[in-house]
Formats: sequence, C-alpha cells, structure tokens
Amino acid sequence: MSIDKATAAKVAKLARIKVEEDALPALAEEFNTILGFIEQLNEVDVEGVEPMTSVTPMRLKRREDVVTEGGQQDKILANAPDAREGFFAVPKVVE
Amino acid sequence: MTELNKLTIAQARDALKAGETTSTALTESCLAAIDAADALNAFVHKTPELALEQAKAADARIAAGDAPALCGIPLGIKDLFCTKGVPSQAASNILEGFKPEYESTVSQNLFDAGAVMLGKLNMDEFAMGSSNETSCYGNAVNPWRRGNDDTALTPGGSSGGSASAVSADLCLGATGTDTGGSIRQPAAFTGITGIKPTYGRCSRWGIIAFASSLDQAGPMTKDVRDSAIMLQAMCSHDPKDSTSVDFPVPDFEAALTGDIRGKTIGIPKEYRLDGMPEEIDQLWTRGKEMLADAGAKVVDISLPHTKYALPAYYVIAPAEASSNLARYDGVRYGHRAKLAAGDGITEMYEKTRAEGFGHEVQRRVMVGTYVLSAGFYDAYYNRARKVRALIKKDFDDAFAAGVDAILTPATPSAAFGLGEMAEADPVQMYLNDVFTVTVNLAGLPGISVPAGVDKRGLPLGLQLIGRPWEEGDLLNTAYVLERAAGFVSKPAKWW
Repeated sequence: MSIDKATAAKVAKLARIKVEEDALPALAEEFNTILGFIEQLNEVDVEGVEPMTSVTPMRLKRREDVVTEGGQQDKILANAPDAREGFFAVPKVVE
Repeated sequence: MTELNKLTIAQARDALKAGETTSTALTESCLAAIDAADALNAFVHKTPELALEQAKAADARIAAGDAPALCGIPLGIKDLFCTKGVPSQAASNILEGFKPEYESTVSQNLFDAGAVMLGKLNMDEFAMGSSNETSCYGNAVNPWRRGNDDTALTPGGSSGGSASAVSADLCLGATGTDTGGSIRQPAAFTGITGIKPTYGRCSRWGIIAFASSLDQAGPMTKDVRDSAIMLQAMCSHDPKDSTSVDFPVPDFEAALTGDIRGKTIGIPKEYRLDGMPEEIDQLWTRGKEMLADAGAKVVDISLPHTKYALPAYYVIAPAEASSNLARYDGVRYGHRAKLAAGDGITEMYEKTRAEGFGHEVQRRVMVGTYVLSAGFYDAYYNRARKVRALIKKDFDDAFAAGVDAILTPATPSAAFGLGEMAEADPVQMYLNDVFTVTVNLAGLPGISVPAGVDKRGLPLGLQLIGRPWEEGDLLNTAYVLERAAGFVSKPAKWW
C-alpha cells in the first residue's frame, strides 16, 4: 500500500490539520515508512482470534443516571478562547 | 546529614518522623536545587509558593502526630497531569495558558498523602516521543554525560523531565506516565527506578489522554523502596475512570522482604536482538546470575509474538490518539488560531491544530486517522487488536507455566545524544521502546532498575515484568536485583 500526495491531503483533511501543498510529498513519504513497518502484521496468523477490547476482562461499573457534578458553567468556560454570555463562541457555522 | 534534596523518600520520611528536619527545610533545599538546574530544563512550571504552603501544612500535620505516608515529601509532577490552577499543557502549544479547574485523581491522592508539589516537569508533547525532543518547552537534558565528553544527552522520553529531575536530586520523586515505555526507558537512561503498574491500578482521570487503553501513571524514584511507597499512594479505585479496578491496594513496601527463593524467573529468547550492544547482553546475563544467586530458578521462555508488538503499537496508539486529540479544536480550551476574513469553523479547526500541534503529534494523529478510516479499519486496526490479543496470550501462557517474573533489558542502548536521531526515520526512534511496549499491550506491571554502567560511564537498566496485580511481588524481585547490582553511581554535577 503506497500513499500518494492526494491520499496524504485527504488524511490531513479528515484529521482537520492544515498541511501546506508543498509539505504533502514529505508527509506521504513518512506515512509510507510507518505503514511499511506496520505491514509486518500481515505475517501473523490471526484466524479465529478475537480483537482485544480490554486487558483485564471486567464488566464496566454502573451508577445511577443522575447529575454528579453539575452547575459549574463558570469553571467549564474559564479556559475557553472565546466565551460569551455563558456559551462557547465560534465562527459562523450555518449560513 | 547529607544535603536534604539528596535524600530518598524513605530517608526523608524517617528524618521527618524523628524530628530531625522539617518539610519546609526539605522543600527549600529542593527549590534551591531546581533554581540552580535550569540547564537541565526539567521543571517547566515552578510552583514555589504552593510548595512552601503545602510544606507548612505538612509540618503542622507532623507536629500534630497526623502524618500520612508521604507527609511533607517534595515531588515533581509530569506536565501531563492536570493540577488545579497550575499550567498543565502536556508540553504542547495547543494547551498554552490552560489552567485546569480540577485536580487529577493521582495528584490528589498524593496530596491527600501529604506530598508537596514543587512544579511541573518537562516531557514529550502529549507523551509522544522517546527523547523529550518533541516538547514545546525545548529539550530536557540528562544530568549524565559520557565521561568527559560534554555532548548533551537525552534523558529519554516521554517522562524525560521527571527522569532528569529525580536523577539530579531536584526532587525526592516524580510522577511519570507510561504508554509504551515512557517511565521505564527514561528511568533506565538516567540511573533511576521507575514502575508502570498493572493497567487499571492508577486512575487515568485528569491525566491528559494519549492512548487510553495503554496509558498508566507510575512513580519515578531514586530506589525500589521509594517506588513502593509512592506507588501505594498513587493507586486507588476511582469511579471517574471506568477502567480503574476496584481491587484493594496491598502494602507494597511490606512486600520488600528480599526473599525470592523458589521464584521462577523467565528469560524470553525473543528479546535477544541482532546488533544489540555487547554491554546490554552482558548486563542481562549478570542480572540472571544475581537472581539465581538469590535462590530464584531461572528458565528460558518464549514469547513468540514479541516481534509484532511495535507494529501493533504503532497502529493502536495513533488510532486512540487521533480520537483523544480530536478535542483540541480551539473551542473549549487552549490555543485558537487567528482567523482571516471569511474563515469559517473548518478553517478554525485546521489552522488551530496545524499551529498548536508539533510535527510528531500531527504525524501520529494523521496515521491514526488513516488506520481508522473507511476501508482500512479491518486491515489495520482490527488486525492490530488481534495481534495484541496474541501478545497478551504469550504472557498468559508463560505465567500459567509457573513463571513469576520475566527479566529483560530495559532499553536497546544507553542514552543517546540530543539531536543524534534527527536524521533517522521515525521508525528508528520507535525502536527505543522495543523491550517495554509489549508490557503496555498486555496491561502488565513492569519496572526498570538501574543495574550497571556502560564503558562510557552511562547507566543501563534491567526490566522485570510481573504478573497482573502482583506489583508487590514484582517490587520485591526488583529490590533483590537492586541490592545485588549495588548501583550507587550519581551523575557528576556540571549544571
């Protein structure tokens, strides 16, 4: 599997990371090195093996569906780059 | 008494209890050492006022006869831990200015045990790196040098600042986190001890997430006893982390009996790599002899899927990272890019993440995005998770056959020079974690113990891997190895 410039651009778009046009060939090259390394996994016989979901088999704990630490609007907004009138503010999303 | 900052946690605890010193004196000694060690770039956010305030409170508790395990002990905290009101930015520009409104469970546990925080420690950005060279704060520097050669060496990574600080006696102990070897590799590079406990022992709540199924916190300390004391305080069941286990935390220090007679130590043949330095191989052989001399039975074992651990890791860890790091979007915290006229929300995301994330983090997020994308999910991600199950089964089989602990080298080399890997491709850097990454994939406890020096005088570590939940037994085996190795060297002070 070889990654070309167009695929690198698509991945950058999916990851929401702006990559300049002239940086794409080097990025594609790096992906190919890493994916080449990962290709070794194809040598392993994984027939009938379940993908691991948890290193320690355990049932997730349950709790009552109630508010535990609510009512902290000020604290939640305290680190926002732009917060107005009790909300996070962002550029226009819908025309 | 020696200089106070050079004490171990156990020595300081005993001196405090005996009234021979105070937490304030210990803390002042460490703060002075930190201020004199800016060349190491280990502490990146210093918190002297908070430290002295906590020390004063600890002294009052000791005077009142109410002294918990770590009362008055000055520690450093890795920048990955959210600490209330103190910058916590995972060494990333994208979290510039972030001051959490809450405390991580592990740091809260340490404070509840009476610990004092001296400041936040340097690391690789989002814990992605093996040399502390991806940090937004610049490189942390290893206090050790190659004899009289003044080349600056890496303290390892990702917990490089923690390793450098403990090794240089800037604090009595430090927190680290370990996703693929980030406690054990830097501990080995700096001649200190570091343990990654069983996955689920320490709560991950409030630790900035890298790869959630692999991340675990652990202590980095001057010796094995200190690791036992500090780990005990860090562990707890936490309802805020659904993967934290509800098991009792045993008394780890009490497990240090020094008796390992009748224990079985496995030596995995797959850990003997082509081109491994002679010195590492010799150290490994000496380690085997030391444990055999102490009465353990040493047996050869096979962990056949070892070779596939790193490639599986470099699918699973980036996949989880791409998901975890999606939250850095310039909306809720940290950096937001300046936008041009007409830019919408997509441009805001893309510019913010391009400016905020460093090169290695961007690369891993994109690799993770690729392996999870439509059409590749089964071929890469699911296959890697199946291989992970086989790697865990290798260990399960060894333990079922009666092995109590597994001895391996901690790293394939001693500390290398900062910048020496700059021209290498990313996979070369990833090979640093070849002996440690299997342990994260299998969720096992692993400890690195300094066991010797190479011909240039740099420390080398041995790793012991234990059965799940048996950290006490593992620490005891490490304690025997530590005493037999008699590693007492310290870096010559040049900073």
